[in-house]
Amino acid sequence: MRNAFADEATKLSSEDSRIVLLSGDIGNKLFDKFKGQNGRRFFNCGVAEANMMGVAAGMALSGLRPIIYTITPFTTTRCYEQIRVDACYQNVPVTIVGTGSGLSYADLGPTHHSCEDLAIMRVLPNMTVLAPADEVELRQCLRAALQQKGPVYIRIGKKGEAVTPKKDDHFEIGRSITVQEGSDVCLISTGILLPIVVKAAEMLSSQGVNARVESFHTVKPLDEETIKNVFADYPVVAVVEEHNKIGGLAGSIAEWLARQPPMKGRLISFGTDDEFMHEVGSQSYARKKYGLTEENISRQVLDAYKHISI
Amino acid sequence: MELEKLQEIASEIRGRIISTSHKTKTPHLGSCLSCVDILVAVYFHSLRIDPKKPRDPDRDRFILSKGHGAAALFQVLAMRGFYPESMLDSYGEDGGIFAEHPPTPDHLAGIEAATGSLGHGLPIGLGMALSARIQKQSYKVIALLSDGECNEGSVWEAAMMAAAQKVDNLMVVVDFNKWQATGRSEEILALAPLVDKWRAFGWDACEINGHDMGQLVEVLTKEKNSEGKPVAVIAHTVKGKGVSFMEDDNNWHYRIPSEEELVSAHKELGLVK
Repeated sequence: MRNAFADEATKLSSEDSRIVLLSGDIGNKLFDKFKGQNGRRFFNCGVAEANMMGVAAGMALSGLRPIIYTITPFTTTRCYEQIRVDACYQNVPVTIVGTGSGLSYADLGPTHHSCEDLAIMRVLPNMTVLAPADEVELRQCLRAALQQKGPVYIRIGKKGEAVTPKKDDHFEIGRSITVQEGSDVCLISTGILLPIVVKAAEMLSSQGVNARVESFHTVKPLDEETIKNVFADYPVVAVVEEHNKIGGLAGSIAEWLARQPPMKGRLISFGTDDEFMHEVGSQSYARKKYGLTEENISRQVLDAYKHISI
Repeated sequence: MELEKLQEIASEIRGRIISTSHKTKTPHLGSCLSCVDILVAVYFHSLRIDPKKPRDPDRDRFILSKGHGAAALFQVLAMRGFYPESMLDSYGEDGGIFAEHPPTPDHLAGIEAATGSLGHGLPIGLGMALSARIQKQSYKVIALLSDGECNEGSVWEAAMMAAAQKVDNLMVVVDFNKWQATGRSEEILALAPLVDKWRAFGWDACEINGHDMGQLVEVLTKEKNSEGKPVAVIAHTVKGKGVSFMEDDNNWHYRIPSEEELVSAHKELGLVK
């Protein structure tokens, strides 16, 4: 995904002379092409993220379209106050990109994990929060983000994420993409877990349960229209995210549900636990630990579906 | 503008700030009074601005990074013509725009950044200064910091990046009044030697008397240095400057003047005929 990001940012910067790329001393060689084409608009801001965020806001206030890029905790929690005040309060078009989101850097330890970013970013007024599933959505997200009038946060993975074929690939911020239709249950995925969610749907299908799959590349603003329809139509709606069960997309939907009259659908959520992961492990190990696997998702959805059907 | 005229404006602004503080119970009087001369020299002498075109892309920018000096900035902007002085009658009222810190640029003409949380103004100013280079414009950016604000790490992050990028259209003025909210700035965190710190960070730094209008005017109109360095002006100031019983007394960081104190302050400033 990060290669696609560098490629798309390079393309877009050649189309729009307002685009500036700020990196926090990361991406060795990743931005060589960008620098080659638009070197005057690339800045390595060093390991100084609070300043990087403020510089980006100053550029946005001066009519430019800055993108800031580094590993997710450093582009979110590290400079959160600058994001809140400089970007959100002033409502300026800064695009904040966090790479290696969720458990992508599981093996680097909790300093590099980011299972809180959706929660803290979506609570900020004026902020748009995007979590593309793959490089196709990432390119669409980046292009759309740079057209926004206010700040946008994009959480992306690392590298080698599979591209998921979708029934519909029309992209619009705030509108989910239907990956596949289904009549019995609905699985909502946000971010890079989509291939696992599609596999969970396949496993459900082999058990005779037909699952619809939605890719929620936008966490905020919440696609209330789709949410309303799926909670009216399906007895089980499962939300899957590589994020703490607190405060992410499932949290956002739960907040929304609390404001509605009783609906048919039951919300179940899959995410990481409220803890730091102290043991060493790969991303797939960490996903397994928190039940973010096709086996666990399909089993739990099946249980919930059977329970409700009886 | 002649120095005497600038000094007159500064006294008038001081009087208005004290009146507003008395009327609206707005604190930070000491911090406001220490930077009045700097603000007057910046707005009435240095900045290339047209208050009728507050968003002109090639205007010079000023950022009050020590946002708690807003009560001073609001008076200066009004007197400079960014908005009618009568707007300030609603200072501090519910539903109004004039708070203890500057609002966002979208909410008040003349404001370049919504400051109030310290350590934000210099990075934003650096972004603006770099934008001038990218967009091939000739404007300059001045950020006014307090000495207490130099506690913030983001100030020094920005200082290093500005030096690395050889940003020569950026100036920092430190309103060095030797106090921060709860004590002497030198005792709370080791600030000295402040001018050497800026030099060590790659800036062209100098020290002036921040109440001497002649020195302020001179330093604010200095030609760019030939080495492409950003400029830091350490302006030695007195907190509460202009009113004898407020000067260098940190109680006026939060204290509100009484009716009697208001009258004697105005007398000292030569505002009572």
